[in-house]
Amino acid sequence: MKEYRALLIALAVMALLTPVGLYFPEIMKAGGVWGEWGVGEVRRMIGYAPREMGKSADAWKAPLPGYALPGQEAAPLGRRSLGYVVSALAGAAACGGGAYLAARRLSARKGKGGSR
Amino acid sequence: MHIPDGYLGPPTYLAAYAACAPLWAVAGRKLKATLDARRVPLLAISAAFSFLVMMFNIPLPGGSTGHAVGGVLIAIAVGPWGALLSVSIALVIQALLFGDGGITAIGANCFNMGFVMPFTGYYAYQLFARLFPSDRGKALAAGVGGWLGLNAAAITTAVMFGIQPLLHTGPDGRALYAPYPLSVAVPAMMIQHLTLFGAAEGLITGLVVHSLQRSRSAWVLQAPGKGAAG
Repeated sequence: MKEYRALLIALAVMALLTPVGLYFPEIMKAGGVWGEWGVGEVRRMIGYAPREMGKSADAWKAPLPGYALPGQEAAPLGRRSLGYVVSALAGAAACGGGAYLAARRLSARKGKGGSR
Repeated sequence: MHIPDGYLGPPTYLAAYAACAPLWAVAGRKLKATLDARRVPLLAISAAFSFLVMMFNIPLPGGSTGHAVGGVLIAIAVGPWGALLSVSIALVIQALLFGDGGITAIGANCFNMGFVMPFTGYYAYQLFARLFPSDRGKALAAGVGGWLGLNAAAITTAVMFGIQPLLHTGPDGRALYAPYPLSVAVPAMMIQHLTLFGAAEGLITGLVVHSLQRSRSAWVLQAPGKGAAG
């Protein structure tokens, strides 16, 4: 794992810096992402809510919606950046863990045997 | 660029899943044949990197926001098939845990950001890096690849949005899913990605390759399979 140490440190630094991605758009008064509006926003833009969009938009309830702790989606920026860092750490760990397991399964089948 | 639930009708999102299924299968087969066990952690790091880099929202002043994806950088490190696996895992986690991108749209988002982006950017990088094989040339090639890759994904995403009014409009003329036609969706997406978001992707890709070249982690940039780890 030694050859990976620098890369892992870089990832940890990235995770701690993620609130930059929360503050920067706020400071520049930028809106949301094009094509990722909520149904209410779509209604404001075009005057009606597309029927099927309204039905399926909230089909899935994510545990950390919008990278915020539950119930803190509209909390003050300082509080939200804490949830953002928690999300960054949890998400990076889930992605890293998932990809590690998948890749290990794929590479382990080359006749080396065992669970290594 | 994460298409939410409710934006694509079933024909589009099912077609995207159908397109991804064989791609994921080929990725599994390719990795099984070529993946060096010592590079397994690099795929994990790639998935985590893609997840994290997408959290750095970049504002167009007074406009909308966007972010880099890292797909081309990852393809340079682990190959385009490895990038498909890593980015797909990041997109699934984003959809399931954070509601970023729809569940029904996982196939569409993986097709755009996990397949179109890394493959376009990677082969562009290979082409330019062969023409300019110096370290600086390769870093520049990586930057161009990042810019191209993100824009290729932006085009396919915009087309998915833009065909929805053609496929699904009610008898009253109202859209049932994503409401903007191609003539609106394509220019809106491309203006943002050709300029700021593409520049950010290109800069990140080029600068990371540049700084890896002289670091102890330079082996990351060696083509997989050449026994470069360690």
